[in-house]
Amino acid sequence: MATEQLAAPQIPALDIETKELRHRRRSLDGRSLLLTTFTVMLLALFLSPMLRTLSLSLKSADQITTIGAPIWPADPGTFEWQGEEYDVYLVPMPDGTTRELALVDPGRQESGFLDPATPDAGLITWQGSWRALEQPWEFAPKWGNFAEVWNRINYPRLMFNTIGLAVIGGIGTIISCTLVAYGFARFRFRGRGFLFLLLLSTIFLPAAVTLIPTYTIFVNLGWVGTWLPLLVPAFFANAYDVFLLRQYMLTIPRELDDAAKIDGAGPLRILLSVIVPNSWPVIVAVAVFHLVYSWNLYFEPLLYLSTAPDLHPISLGLSKFNDIYGSEPQYIQAATLMTLVIPMVVFLFAQRAFMRGIVITGVEK
Amino acid sequence: MSIVELEDPPISRWESRFTLARREALWGYLFISPWIIGFLLLTLAPVIATFVFTFLNLRLNQQVPVRFVGIENYQALLEDPRAWEAMGVTLRFALIALPIGLVLPFALAMLLNSKSLRGSRFFQAMFFMPYIIPFVAALFAWGSMLNPEQGWLNGMLEWFGISGPDWLNDPSWIYPGLVVVGLWGIGSAIIINLAGLQNVPTELYDAAEVDGAGFWGRLRHVTVPMMSPVIFYSLVLGLVGVMQYFLVPLVLNSGTGRPAGTTYFANIYIYNTFFSFGNMSYGATLAWLLFVVILVLTLLLFWSARFWVYYAGEAK
Repeated sequence: MATEQLAAPQIPALDIETKELRHRRRSLDGRSLLLTTFTVMLLALFLSPMLRTLSLSLKSADQITTIGAPIWPADPGTFEWQGEEYDVYLVPMPDGTTRELALVDPGRQESGFLDPATPDAGLITWQGSWRALEQPWEFAPKWGNFAEVWNRINYPRLMFNTIGLAVIGGIGTIISCTLVAYGFARFRFRGRGFLFLLLLSTIFLPAAVTLIPTYTIFVNLGWVGTWLPLLVPAFFANAYDVFLLRQYMLTIPRELDDAAKIDGAGPLRILLSVIVPNSWPVIVAVAVFHLVYSWNLYFEPLLYLSTAPDLHPISLGLSKFNDIYGSEPQYIQAATLMTLVIPMVVFLFAQRAFMRGIVITGVEK
Repeated sequence: MSIVELEDPPISRWESRFTLARREALWGYLFISPWIIGFLLLTLAPVIATFVFTFLNLRLNQQVPVRFVGIENYQALLEDPRAWEAMGVTLRFALIALPIGLVLPFALAMLLNSKSLRGSRFFQAMFFMPYIIPFVAALFAWGSMLNPEQGWLNGMLEWFGISGPDWLNDPSWIYPGLVVVGLWGIGSAIIINLAGLQNVPTELYDAAEVDGAGFWGRLRHVTVPMMSPVIFYSLVLGLVGVMQYFLVPLVLNSGTGRPAGTTYFANIYIYNTFFSFGNMSYGATLAWLLFVVILVLTLLLFWSARFWVYYAGEAK
């Protein structure tokens, strides 16, 4: 039954859909409002750590350790008078009101305050312990935290390394994976099915099984302390990206190849003038995935670059920074924010490529 | 298929067809050669070498001559409670992380696929976005959220009168804590589930509705069976990933297993055996154990697929 309906002429089906769509647009019913509100709340919860990171990264160390301080970056109020700086407190007055007064003469039993509005009116004496008083908070973001981090972790160097690794590794990945995917997608040869299965099965192989011999090889080649162990494997293709590219290439009509062949194009020519131009969306997806991969590089640099901190990429740099300055959350969070800014910007531009790439990996299997 | 075509009855130009097929095959091998070379040098040879290592006494700083020790490493493995504890820790975490990793993206995808939801495209992009955030940054952002005194999560729980645990330092809360810390990674799973949901023919829902199926009835009899290939795919890749869970506990606790050994995952133990204890041969044995466990579990999954995974395109 279902198949009969699927095979029904396209036009009436389309018509029904648009009517339904129009109907949906018009009515903002209760159910829709409820569901959308719920989703907004869920999303707020999901993204709230970003807000917390932003807020923490702008706070002063004093505010973080003060109990009862607001969650937004702020400083306790102060009042400057005659070259001296005084803290401002919320003082409950005998008449039931609360006034913001500057503490000038602190005492155990009673203290002297000044009204910042009328400092010349003289001291106001207040009975009670000023230590029990709360302070008013004023919005005061500490943008300097970012500058501090910039200097402490050598941010430009880490960024340069990360981008360098991403670009070189990305070029290697795209070239090698495109070639391999083209081979699997367009040529018949003995053992093709088996080899493709073998390629896919490497996904199931835990990295620990190849770790020590590969490590030994790289040590003996003298590659420790260089980018080579991180970059060279990228030039030998990987299962995920080959799979992604091959699936996409299979959807390119063979007639295009044949037309080029009639014009006398060889396999390499066809790859460059037919396959690659028609595979742009997926090549962009692979590039973007590789960028994310490079931003996440942690274990390989830890292993091979422990003696060369100048070559570290950002993730390792951030983690090392945390090891040293873990007791200063404002700097950790500022560094965290600086780490995620560039991938987020890339995402905003390449959002479609990302999502399409994921759909290709996930569903076609 | 290729073989069949090669052996087609030879017609008049048998010779040229043969060389044509041969040339095509040669080009094919040439194009896939980067992977072949990489596979031989960086995968196959190391795997074999690791297997050979399990029968030797290789160490990071070799002091005694390398020699063949037979199955000593395997005997040590059988008597090593730490190895089995690490495997148990990994499996226990998998039992928590895998179901959440399946159900949560599925539920979110259903929400985003709902006809009543406004601005679905915007929500899709927003729920996906954190996927691209480097895991170290995500770990610090969420770790700070989970701070027992100042974290917002416990702050929110307090509104409901619940005093939240010290997520990442309490042995009984560490696994949920680790799942929370990894939440930003679910973006890709949401998109995969969403694409799967959009491929379910609406006719099936209409038919189920005619038969009187409610929300749960449709979920059980239409959505889940039609989504079973996607669930299977997520389950297999999720399993392979979670069995090698490693980087987050490494960054979080430098591989010490705190609190109370609950983060002493199999891969952490392998890493420590290699680089802290310097015992290459025993580490190789542990790596092979992990390999075998993953292999057995994946094969079990593939075997079970015939009972619950439904491929719509397949002839019944």
